[in-house]
Amino acid sequence: MKSAVVVFPGINRERDMAHALKLASGVTPHMVWHADTELPDVDVVVVPGGFSYGDYLRCGAIAARAPIMDAVRRHADAGRYVLGVCNGFQILTEAGLLPGVLMRNASLKFVCKMVHLRVENADTAFSNAYRAGQVFRSPIAHGEGNYFAEPETLKRIEGEGRVVLRYCDAEGSRSPSANPNGAINDIAGILNERGNLLGMMPHPENLVEPLQGGTDGLGLFQSLTRAAATIAA
Amino acid sequence: MKARVTVTLKTGVLDPQGKAIEGALKSLDVQGISEVRQGKFFELEISETDEAKATAILRDACEKLLANTVIENYRIDLA
Repeated sequence: MKSAVVVFPGINRERDMAHALKLASGVTPHMVWHADTELPDVDVVVVPGGFSYGDYLRCGAIAARAPIMDAVRRHADAGRYVLGVCNGFQILTEAGLLPGVLMRNASLKFVCKMVHLRVENADTAFSNAYRAGQVFRSPIAHGEGNYFAEPETLKRIEGEGRVVLRYCDAEGSRSPSANPNGAINDIAGILNERGNLLGMMPHPENLVEPLQGGTDGLGLFQSLTRAAATIAA
Repeated sequence: MKARVTVTLKTGVLDPQGKAIEGALKSLDVQGISEVRQGKFFELEISETDEAKATAILRDACEKLLANTVIENYRIDLA
């Protein structure tokens, strides 16, 4: 799997992301600067986490209008894979590549801890290494992860199986106490209509080897590696 | 020409920051305020002198960047 990680000023998780991609695929990702207008020929483009442009105006708002985003949009339009994590999820919603918006956490606090996620749809390029209903751990670190979409939009993404990941407890049950940010329907990650672009708040790239406390997040990158191989074959 | 753009959350969208400010005002014993909604305010300097054209430019700015119209409304005032 050939991949690229987009780097904006203020992003800080690009190296973790590159490490996870390399670990799963064996191939070192390209790092692409935000001012560039072309992406290398890759299967997967990742918009990583951090605080692009210091979260000025709205999280992800400025980065979503950066020159490289036109290339990311073309990459998605061509049916290739795009993953946005944390600030990357915010950037993809601000760019209009995903519906809805990520608002300030309901608690008004920045939340940095381990959470549990339930795989709602294992039949995607991003989740095929997991089982449907499987619960895995992932770190989160964000102040604006409170996903919101208008009722009709929400109904559509739920109906189309586009909610891939939901916050839950260790047993897989949903509850307000298992939801770290107030996201509507406990949504942690959603797909675009075509199913080739995923945005998620948690950081699977930070739980990919025993040194980090587990390998729960590796499945996401293995899923992408498998999906990319299927397309190539 | 000077312009002012006010961006506010749409009705029905929860505003936890406004709620926190509302609570803080109560704790400061400021009476008589029943609700606070927080928004953003922009002052812009526009070279265009025609009001209609200036408004069109500002609307474009709001739609493209200043507001996220999924959750926010905007109001344009020319000075």
